[in-house]
Amino acid sequence: MNVARITLRIAAVVLILFIIIGPLVGIVLWSFAHRWYWPNPIPQEFGLRYWQMVFRQGRILDSLLLSLTIAVIVVGLSLLFAIPAAYGFARYRIPMERVLLVLFLMPQAFPQLPVFINLASIFNRIGLGGNMWGIIFAHTMASLVYSVWIVTATFRSIPMELEQVARNLGASRLKTFFTITLPLAVPGIIASAIFVFLWSLGEFTAAFFIGAPFIQTATVLMYTASMGYNMQIASVIAILLIIPSILFMIIIERYLKAEYLAGMGG
Amino acid sequence: MAILETRNLKKYYGRVRALDDVSIDVDAGELLAVIGPSGSGKTTFLRSIAGFVKLDAGHVYIEGKDITELPPEKRDVSMFFQNYALWPHMTVFDNVAYGLKLRKMPKEEIEKRVHDVLKLLDIEELVDRKPSQLSGGQQQRVALARAIVVKPKVLLLDEPLSNLDAKIRLRIRFEIKALQQKLNLPTVYVTHDQEEALSIADKVAVMHEGKVLQLGTPEEVYKSPVNFFVADFIGTNCVLTLKVLDGRVKIGNKIFEVSSKETARMVVRSDEAEVLEARAEPGKDGLRIPGEIKGKLYMGSKYRYEIRIEESEDALFVNSGESFKIGEKITVFVPDGSYFVY
Ligand SMILES: Nc1ncnc2c1ncn2[C@@H]1O[C@H](COP(=O)(O)OP(=O)(O)OP(=O)(O)O)[C@@H](O)[C@H]1O
Ligand SMILES: [Mg+2]
Repeated sequence: MNVARITLRIAAVVLILFIIIGPLVGIVLWSFAHRWYWPNPIPQEFGLRYWQMVFRQGRILDSLLLSLTIAVIVVGLSLLFAIPAAYGFARYRIPMERVLLVLFLMPQAFPQLPVFINLASIFNRIGLGGNMWGIIFAHTMASLVYSVWIVTATFRSIPMELEQVARNLGASRLKTFFTITLPLAVPGIIASAIFVFLWSLGEFTAAFFIGAPFIQTATVLMYTASMGYNMQIASVIAILLIIPSILFMIIIERYLKAEYLAGMGG
Repeated sequence: MAILETRNLKKYYGRVRALDDVSIDVDAGELLAVIGPSGSGKTTFLRSIAGFVKLDAGHVYIEGKDITELPPEKRDVSMFFQNYALWPHMTVFDNVAYGLKLRKMPKEEIEKRVHDVLKLLDIEELVDRKPSQLSGGQQQRVALARAIVVKPKVLLLDEPLSNLDAKIRLRIRFEIKALQQKLNLPTVYVTHDQEEALSIADKVAVMHEGKVLQLGTPEEVYKSPVNFFVADFIGTNCVLTLKVLDGRVKIGNKIFEVSSKETARMVVRSDEAEVLEARAEPGKDGLRIPGEIKGKLYMGSKYRYEIRIEESEDALFVNSGESFKIGEKITVFVPDGSYFVY
C-alpha cells in the first residue's frame, strides 16, 4: 500500500520532470554538441564551438539585442496605454465596456499567420515593413490584451475606499492615483510587464513577416538556423532567450512578496 | 449657527431609501450619535457629508457655506471608515502623516503631531509597522489617528470602536469625547451600540430605513421615545404583545387607550423592572403585573427570571437580587416612565 503510493509519487515526479526539463536538456545538449548522430542518446563530441560562433558573429548578438530592444519598447508602450485605460475600465462606467475589452482580444483571437501576413502587406505599403517600429507596433497591439486585462483586474481589486480616504484627507484625484492607487497596483503592473516582455521576446510570426528579410529578431534567426539544420546555433539562441525568463522568475519570487499579493486581494 | 447643517438629504438606490429627507445640525463641540439597525442609512449619511455620495436632493452646509457640490478633498471633514481602509503599502507613520504632508506642514511639526496622536491612542510603539502586522483593534486606532490628526472642521466616525474589546473601548470612547471637546470639533458618531450612543452623545439621532425617527438628547430619546421602534431600539427591553378590546388594553393595574385595532405592543425597560412578592405594595407609582416564575438563571450577583403573565403570550425577563422559586406567584413592578404602549 505504502510502497505502491511512493512508487506512484516517484513516477509522477519523474514524468513531470521529463515533461518540463526534457526539452530543456535536449536544447542544452545540442548547444554543446559538435557531433550528434542518431541513434546515440548523447552527442558523440562536446565542445564550445557554437557558443563561440554565436558570440563572435555580430549578426547573432545584434538579433538578440534587437529582440530585447523591441520587447522593452513594447512593454513601455503597452503599459503607457494600458494603465490609464485600465483605470478607466476599473473605476468609471464606460459605455460598451465589455465590447471594448473584447476588442483588445482580437489580435490574439484569430490564427496569427493570416493576421500578421495581412498586417505585413499593409505595413509594406506605408513603409513600416522591414522596420523595427513595424514589429513594435504589431507587438504592442497584440499585447494590449494582456496588459489591459491584467491591469484592469488589478485596479478592480484595490478597494475604492483606499482612494476615498486619500480624497477625504485632501488629495486630488491625480495625487490619489500616484500616491495610493499606482503603488498598490505595482504587483499587477509588473506581472503584466513580464507577460508582455516574454511574449514579445518569443514572438515569431509578426517578427518574421514584418521584419524579414531586412531585420531579424532572435526568434527569426533561430528559425532560419534550425531550417538550415544548424541545431546547435538554434539551441544557443534558445538558451539565450530563456535566460530573461528565468531572471524574471527570480524577480517575481523576490519582489512580489506574499504581503504585496495579499494586499491585492484585500 | 451650527457648523454642520444638513438639509433634506435624499438618496435612493433604486427602491432602497438610504436617506429619506434627513436634516440634522451639529454645533461646534457637539457630538451627534447616529444609531440604527444595519442598512438604516448611517454610513450613507456620513458619506454624503464627506462628498462620496451624489445626493438626489438636499444640501450640506459647513460654517454656512453650501458644500453640496464640492469634491471630497475640498471639504475639510475627516472620515473614519467603517472598515478602516488603511493603506497596506505604507507604515503606520506614513498612513497617519499623509493628510499632514498634503497640508505642506514642516517635517518636525508632522512628526510631533503624529507622535502625539499615536500616544493619545496608545499605539506609539506601532509607528513603523505595516497595517498587515496589526491586530484589528490596532488597525482601528491607526485609522482613528489618521482621521483626527488633521484637525478637520467636522469629524465623521463610522463605528470607530466596534472592534475593540470592552475595556479599551470604554477608555477610547471617553478619550474621543474629551478630544472632540478640547478641539471643539463637531462630530458625527455612528454606532450600532445604543449604550455607547447614550453615554457620549450630546444629541442622538435614531435612524430607520433612511429616516430620522427621533432626534434629541440621550435623556429625551430614552425617556420619551416617539414610537415603538425607538422605544424598542434604545435600552434593554422586553416586548409584550397585548390584546386590544374596544380601543383599550388592560394589563395589571392599568388600562391604556390605544389606536391600534387588534393587538398593541408594550415595551418594558427590563433594567428598571423589579420582581416583588405577590402581595407586596411598592412605595412608588407604577405598573404592577401579577405573574408566575417560569425560569431562573443564576448570574452571580443576581438572578434572571423568566416570568409568565396572563395578559400576553410573551415572557418577561427581569433581573432581581432576591431568590424566588420556580412556579412561585409574584408581581412584576415597572415604575412609571419605564414602559411604553403603542
Ligand atoms: N452603493 C450602493 N448601491 C446600492 N445600495 C446601497 C449602496 N450603498 C448603500 N446602499 C444601501 O443603502 C442602505 C443604507 O446603507 P448604509 O451603508 O448607509 O447602512 P448602515 O446604516 O451604515 O448599515 P451598517 O450598520 O450595516 O453599516 C442599505 O440598504 C444599503 O444596501
Ligand atoms: Mg455602515
